[in-house]
Amino acid sequence: VVEGLALLDLGISPYSGAVFHETPLIIYLFHFVIEYAELVFMITDVLTAIALYLAIQDFNKVVFKKQKLLIELDKYAPDVAELIRTPMEMHYIPLKVALVYLLNPYTVMSCVAKSTCAINNTVLAFFILATIKGSALLSAVFLALATYQSLYPLTLFAPALLYLLQRQFIPIKLKSKSFWLYTMQYAALYLCSLVVIICLSFFLLNSWDFIPSVYGFILSVPDLTPNIGLFWYFFAEMFEHFSLFFVCVFQINVFFYTIPLAIKLKEHPVFFMFVQLAIISIFKSYPTVGDIALYMAFLPVWSHLYRFLRNIFILSCVLIACSFLFPVLWHLWIYAGSANSNFYYAITLTFNIGQILLISDYFYAFLRREYYLTHGLHLTRQDGTEAMLVLK
Amino acid sequence: GGMLAAAALLVLLAAGPGRADTGRDTLREELLLSPLPAGDVAATFQFRTRWDADLQRGAVSHYRLFPKALGRLVAALGVRELHLALTQGFWRTRTWGQPPLQAPAGAELWVWFQPTVTDVDKAWKELSNILSGIFCASLNFIDSTNTVTPTASFKPLGLANGTDHHLLRYAVLPREVVCTENLTPWKKLLPCGSKAGLAVLLKAERLFHSSYHSQAVHIRPVCRDASCLAVSWELRQTLTVVFDTFSSGQGKKDWSLFKMFSRTLTDACPLASESKVYVDISPKNKEKELLEVTPAPTSVLEAVVQGDKRTYAAYDLLSPSLFNTSRSLNVQLKWKRPQDSSELPTPILHAHRYVSGYGLQTGEISTLVYNTHPYRAFPVVLLETVPWYLRLYVHTLTIITKGKENKPSYIHYQPAQDRRRPHLLEMLIQLPANSVTKITIQFERALLKWTEYPPDPNHGFYISSSVLSALVPSVIAMKDVDVEQSPLFTSLFPSSDGSSYFVRLYTEPLLVNLPTPDFSMPYNVICLTCTVVAVCYGSFYNLLTRTFHMEEPSRGGLAKRLANVIRKFRGVPPL
Repeated sequence: VVEGLALLDLGISPYSGAVFHETPLIIYLFHFVIEYAELVFMITDVLTAIALYLAIQDFNKVVFKKQKLLIELDKYAPDVAELIRTPMEMHYIPLKVALVYLLNPYTVMSCVAKSTCAINNTVLAFFILATIKGSALLSAVFLALATYQSLYPLTLFAPALLYLLQRQFIPIKLKSKSFWLYTMQYAALYLCSLVVIICLSFFLLNSWDFIPSVYGFILSVPDLTPNIGLFWYFFAEMFEHFSLFFVCVFQINVFFYTIPLAIKLKEHPVFFMFVQLAIISIFKSYPTVGDIALYMAFLPVWSHLYRFLRNIFILSCVLIACSFLFPVLWHLWIYAGSANSNFYYAITLTFNIGQILLISDYFYAFLRREYYLTHGLHLTRQDGTEAMLVLK
Repeated sequence: GGMLAAAALLVLLAAGPGRADTGRDTLREELLLSPLPAGDVAATFQFRTRWDADLQRGAVSHYRLFPKALGRLVAALGVRELHLALTQGFWRTRTWGQPPLQAPAGAELWVWFQPTVTDVDKAWKELSNILSGIFCASLNFIDSTNTVTPTASFKPLGLANGTDHHLLRYAVLPREVVCTENLTPWKKLLPCGSKAGLAVLLKAERLFHSSYHSQAVHIRPVCRDASCLAVSWELRQTLTVVFDTFSSGQGKKDWSLFKMFSRTLTDACPLASESKVYVDISPKNKEKELLEVTPAPTSVLEAVVQGDKRTYAAYDLLSPSLFNTSRSLNVQLKWKRPQDSSELPTPILHAHRYVSGYGLQTGEISTLVYNTHPYRAFPVVLLETVPWYLRLYVHTLTIITKGKENKPSYIHYQPAQDRRRPHLLEMLIQLPANSVTKITIQFERALLKWTEYPPDPNHGFYISSSVLSALVPSVIAMKDVDVEQSPLFTSLFPSSDGSSYFVRLYTEPLLVNLPTPDFSMPYNVICLTCTVVAVCYGSFYNLLTRTFHMEEPSRGGLAKRLANVIRKFRGVPPL
């Protein structure tokens, strides 16, 4: 960003080079606050934590209300008393969420590095707050801002829509008129805000240069600087012939889980949002640890799933070990010269596998709890012995 | 009688339009031997062919002294000026003094096109390919990733009306190696070839056994006469070579033509109108001469070259008295007294560039520019071309002179675009008298795709030399001499007044390492990364498409049954 500002001072478009890839609104924002950059990043982190706190507080109320409704409707099996969540256990969850976000080493690293990912996180946190509070307009505006900055939050449109529909008690049936009406309204709000923001950026710098520089850059992955994701080494070692094919495959991979997840998790849109955020953080073209910090902040919300997690110990060890090894192997490759790029790449692979397995573990635990809630905790077979559950 | 008259008329008719078609062309060849402070000697050849014809307008078909390959090139591609230099080695300005004509290491090509050319980039590409064929050099590697359009440096050296810098292209290939293959076609362009005149001295085995070898071709339009009503085309072929005391001279500081070139001069080129050998016998520090030349020169002349009064011993190969005593001319230079290293003259403007930093992530390019003039300040234009894979950060650009920040009066910065064009940084910096200016800029190294690395990736990547152009104030005022008569190079750069002379300096090329991926692993990387994506896809597919069921009791697979059989034998309860 400092480079972009320097180029602007010299009278050159910041997008004429290949170094600056942020949106014009960020340049405009930092034009005023560049002197106080550290303060700005600390404030954004605090704002994110506050937004998450308020959002989860509201979400807990919604969860409790829904649980009460389902108990009254007798949807739950009789012996699931220990799975029911009580207000007492849920009391400290919002605080835990805010603390996990603020004290997460990834957040601290991101703040110290003054990465604009922190601003992305703030916008996403406000989007989540607005969605959970039920305000469609604010939710659409913040989602448009988030999409404008990095393209991938577009996939969060589906969980937000599902949540708002649920809140309005509109049933999700494809033939229902009110469903389509509400969807169209929300989509219109979202697209209009997006168009307004893009036109505003155009008038700030008087050119459309930012579109290929920001979005073309995200989609076509030309810069292969090593990061914690999977893309960089893959495209560094790709045969030229297949380069375009694999770029398309990798980009589709991020967007493609939305529809199946929407179908499976339509009753639980906030969990859907969590899984979608995690998928964006893992598979986006230039991931940073700030993105990971955001979805990890949600883990205390699902702390009741702990008893159903299968591999949590190994996965947390993998993630912690990889986090420590990342800087070591980077130093060995770039500065000491005694390792080569394969070492750092291996840690990238392991770290991403760890994250993927963490998310799928939570997903498994969530689905399993839902099954137990409706079918009872102690399952017996016809002959009275204890039964095992498998996915078939 | 009638037949004879008809034949004469025919001859006259044939000769008439022929003579009007081809203008007068002249060739002048010169060799300058200048001893350098450390005991080395620099030999500079210059062959000037000047043709009073307009290559652009008329369809000239009869080429005499001007080489047809270059003439047709100029006419077909609409070239106004062409400068190509192939250099091996680096001119050490600090120890050898100001160079007469310097070129950066590798291949350098800069061309001004005519305003009539519509697609300059296409013409540039064609031109570099054709020149690559003519000179057997890999100039076809010149493409948009190493071509820039400077705005302030490289003003036209010939006649020009209007300077739209979009017609200028400049490219350097720092990795280019110069060898015999490049010398041979260069020699072929000379009217006498290497058979007569000064060109007999150009033998490859001696020329490439040197510290510095630079051969260049300059084509430009000049005024035909003082009134400048018509245009002539001038082709200059220059070759500069520096012979080292220790590698070529066997440690002794006495030089002769035979020792340097293993040949002597026997005659002048018959097609040349002027053929001279100059030896620089200027006394240092106003003492008596320290150099003795044998045989005795035909004349001694004094000229002010590059702000310095110099004395030259001249040998005119066309004068009949030269070859009276012996059939060949072997100019010998003997030092009268030993060279004192404290007498090294410091050039007024010199520069030094280096790269600093550690690791393969970031680095810093620093340029030190020295102005050793005791009381005059002058501005210098600095042009830097950095390849796109070293990402420059212009907000880290600092210029410090005598401890204070020095703001340039003109900056033109064009940032690079990945895989399309390089960085271009041009600045006009004022150098105060007797000062050192340090210009630093930081960069980040990019990781390239594995196919973009050269065959030896750990050798590093070259950054081409930066160019410093300045009008250096001269210590001695130069008279407005007739530029055609003064020896060598003073006529290449036009000077508006006698108080300063134009100098173009090049800094060292830099060698920078980039982080490399492992080149043996493309298939492995693709498989492993796709495996990770497949793990995600697989887990999600399972969770999304399957539902929980109670497990059906099964008799057990084959392994379980086998285990039960073994257990029955052991007498242990079955599984």
